Amino acid sequence: MRRLGTIVTVVYLALVYAFIFLPVATLMLFSFQDGLVPVPPFRGPSLRWYASLLANERMTAALRNSVVVGLGSAAMATLLGFLAAYGLARFRPAAARAIRALLIAPIGVSYLVIGLGLSIGANELGIGRSLGLVTIGHVVINLPLAFAVVLSQMSEHHEHLERAARDLGASEPKVLGLVTVPVVLPGLLAAFALCFTLSWDEFVIALLLSRFDVTLPVEIWSALRTGLDPETNAVGTLVFALSVGLLAATALAIARLGRRRSA
Amino acid sequence: MTEEGRSTARGWAFAGPALAWTLVFFVVPMALVLAYSGFRRIGGSLETTLSLANYERALGTPVFRSALANSIEVGLLTVAVSVLVAYPAAYLLAYRVPARWGRLLLALAVLPFWTSYVVRSYSWLLVLAREGVVNRALLGLGVVQEPITLANTRTATVIGFVHFFTMLMTLTIYASLVQIPASYRKAARDLGASGWRTLVHVTLPLSVPGVVVGAFLTFVLAIGDYITPQILGGARELLLPQAIMLQVQRTGDFPMAAALSVVLLAVIAVAYVPAARRFSLVTR
Repeated sequence: MRRLGTIVTVVYLALVYAFIFLPVATLMLFSFQDGLVPVPPFRGPSLRWYASLLANERMTAALRNSVVVGLGSAAMATLLGFLAAYGLARFRPAAARAIRALLIAPIGVSYLVIGLGLSIGANELGIGRSLGLVTIGHVVINLPLAFAVVLSQMSEHHEHLERAARDLGASEPKVLGLVTVPVVLPGLLAAFALCFTLSWDEFVIALLLSRFDVTLPVEIWSALRTGLDPETNAVGTLVFALSVGLLAATALAIARLGRRRSA
Repeated sequence: MTEEGRSTARGWAFAGPALAWTLVFFVVPMALVLAYSGFRRIGGSLETTLSLANYERALGTPVFRSALANSIEVGLLTVAVSVLVAYPAAYLLAYRVPARWGRLLLALAVLPFWTSYVVRSYSWLLVLAREGVVNRALLGLGVVQEPITLANTRTATVIGFVHFFTMLMTLTIYASLVQIPASYRKAARDLGASGWRTLVHVTLPLSVPGVVVGAFLTFVLAIGDYITPQILGGARELLLPQAIMLQVQRTGDFPMAAALSVVLLAVIAVAYVPAARRFSLVTR
């Protein structure tokens, strides 16, 4: 009976994991296809599609744009989110609940609708679509998350540290820069990484608000029009590797910060 | 100024930039969407007298009405299938797999989250295409004689969604399962309940919050998504986000797109009501 239970467990989980990993595995395998279409039978391995990807100027430009938009929107969202979280946690202003609700609100609205709203607004003002607009849109979707992440890191214990610094004569900017920021650094790092990943992956706002210079997901999207293409497999595999690498680096950095603090 | 007043002023000063950003780039655009949904595009120009004409079209024209119905159907189907796949997986990971392995397997389960969303839909196209992995396997095994059509169907859209949201729901359900004290289940067993009765009368009811949170997130994210239906479902059967994008990109009819967006948000708000009742259970 126990034996049967174990078999059922293993078989069920194996099936679920096969389902979860089937598309990623297929994507990766056929990025090394030595042929024109990324479908069975597999021939290779070959790196020709990675070579052609590096020579594809539109893709490399889109990759650069994505990094710039990602870094810009993550930095802006983390900065604004941190200031707001600090103001709310430390000074407990009247109407703090209302402020929090307003800052969190964009989470409840589909990206498509946020993109449409910004697109209508830009039209009204006669502003052309650009990567700058995309960055603004990405700050809108990232700000609630950055704010929530940093706010969750603002503990009362930290408040005592700040009060001690103030009592010892530190000015307000000094308290912020020398006490608060170092103490919530792991939270800031986590918020920044989360924002960067979301921006890096976001598609529909980027599609609606960009024109000639586009981000990577939009460029991949236009490449899809020509059908199945091993080069798309190659770029997808690279994006996956980069994201996992970034994730691992962030987790390591946060763990190291935590260790240094407790040491 | 009183101490309290000064504190409030400072708090507002720090929150100010974020509030200003949200106001200018979120609240104003949302107000514009609402306003535009009352405008009309006639010929090439914008008619700015407010009317409900777009909403009449949204709910009355067969194209839009079926887009709305399709979206709700696909959303609900996605939620149902994802729960059915994810619940047993989360249950086994939480209770049947040794804790150390459980956490490792959970981390592994969310790894494909980190492929780009567009690329993930494309990968399913690779798998489901006429010449793709599934058809090759079925032909090779002699299950079918002719390749079956999987890509560009509603089935493909649902498979793509279920794939993404099974990962999400496994997480939320696992989180609520590990919070149930082991003593509850042990007590049920000691009182003579079978494993099955313990599951139905103890574990299942206590894990409802995790299921509801996961189901709500799944429904909201699925019904607002444009990429998966566009890449996997094709253009034969439209979902609501595809209908909205068609208005923007093909006809340039922003007022109609705005009205359909408001309908989309209304559906999400309606889904929130039953979910919110359960959310309060979570915090209580």
